[in-house]
Amino acid sequence: MATETDTHSEGGLVFHPLDQFIPKSLFGDGPIAWYSITNVTLWLAIAVACVFLLMVMGTSGRKIIPSRLQSVAELIYGFIYKMVEDVCGKEGIKYFPYIMTLFLFILFANYLALIPMSYSPTSMIAVTAILGFGVFIAVTVLGFVLNGASFLGMFWMKDAPAVLRPIIAVIEVISYFVRPVSHSIRLAGNVMAGHAVIKVFAGFAALTLVSPVAILGITAIYGLEVLVAGIQAYVFTILTCVYLKDALHPHH
Amino acid sequence: MEGELAHIGAGLAAIGSGAAAIGVGTVAGNYLAGALRNPAAAASQTATLFIGLAFAEALGIFAFLVALLLMFAV
Amino acid sequence: MATETHEATAGACVDAGGSAIGMPQLCADWMPNQVFWLLVTLVAIYFILSRVALPRIASVLSERTGTITNDLGAAEELKERAAEAEGAYDKALADARAEAQAIVAKTKEDIQADLDVELQKADAEIAARTAQSEKAIAEIRDNAMSSVADVAKETAADLVVALGGKADKKAINAAVKARIGGAS
Repeated sequence: MATETDTHSEGGLVFHPLDQFIPKSLFGDGPIAWYSITNVTLWLAIAVACVFLLMVMGTSGRKIIPSRLQSVAELIYGFIYKMVEDVCGKEGIKYFPYIMTLFLFILFANYLALIPMSYSPTSMIAVTAILGFGVFIAVTVLGFVLNGASFLGMFWMKDAPAVLRPIIAVIEVISYFVRPVSHSIRLAGNVMAGHAVIKVFAGFAALTLVSPVAILGITAIYGLEVLVAGIQAYVFTILTCVYLKDALHPHH
Repeated sequence: MEGELAHIGAGLAAIGSGAAAIGVGTVAGNYLAGALRNPAAAASQTATLFIGLAFAEALGIFAFLVALLLMFAV
Repeated sequence: MATETHEATAGACVDAGGSAIGMPQLCADWMPNQVFWLLVTLVAIYFILSRVALPRIASVLSERTGTITNDLGAAEELKERAAEAEGAYDKALADARAEAQAIVAKTKEDIQADLDVELQKADAEIAARTAQSEKAIAEIRDNAMSSVADVAKETAADLVVALGGKADKKAINAAVKARIGGAS
């Protein structure tokens, strides 16, 4: 709670890099209940609308020679389909719609968050934790359903020296349970860090002396964030595929 | 006093971002070196590259998170 | 902080100035809202994708693959047909060439045969004429030879008479014969 006093005593140069992540109720000022329509809801809805526009309206022509939107939609489809097929094998194709859902949601949420004054749902740890732990729980349940108790063999390295096996097993179990944490915090952290850094630079832009540098910095970081937004969606998706592969083929 | 210590801790945690940068650079550099030696195999390893980058970067993000927690949540 | 916000009122995450106290990400009051709307979003996207978009794109892609395969097949067929046509053309060309060569050869043969016949005829004629000429020449020579002997005998007889001798026909004949030789 140290910042509470610090930020207000600074006077001219005020940093509130995290204020952009405050959810605000769109209708009424009351406390935010679980059903309130907030700016989170708005930008999530816009993401759904964009997915709908791209994947449904874009492909409504069903043309053999695709229009621009249709070829973008087909490109994304082919990209994710190939990723699932390459990483998980033929058995993974069943789960392709779920992975596609994750990818498109994260991609659009990340890119929409780059619009100035917008809200970035993927920077909220609650949101990414649902995504990450959702993948974790789904993959674990799937692993036990498909492989039974032999799913636990994933932690027992048969080709390691016998002395090291229990130690490796402990490490493997820990790393298995760290997966959802790193999986979700990676996404939230990247998005949050980028947006917060932009806000910090924007705070420096208030000083006339350094404002050109600050604005150049904002531009550069924005470019980096455009890259990061795509890469993080890709990374989240491919890691989901990798975890799914572990559930489908636990013995490699 | 506690607040100042938290800020110092946040600054120390931010060093972790530099460490992650070293990791990311190592991954990308080694990928590039390998890709230039054997360009034919490069395309098949981009997924591995990104996974490696993601793991290296995640630890930097953890450091950043610790810094943020110290700054704003402690 | 987490324990603080649990008991605090709804505005506990925002200070009087409207800025966040601590990280907005960690404010438990706001989490149910985000989680709820996230789940709604994910379900919505999942249904949009699995019910409409993905089957449609899959069908378009497979249709395109089918079309491309068909087109490739048609192209292959056309190519085969073109190759066939080319073969037929080549064959026709070769036939025509062979025929032309045969005609040329036949014509040459005919000409050669005619020529041979003519040559033989000409040769025979020449041989016949030569033989005739030789015969004529021999006749002429024989005639000339006998004439020479007669003239010599007469001249010899005249000479003998003019010299005052008596022309002994037998002697003169023998002398002339001896002089001229066995020419006649």
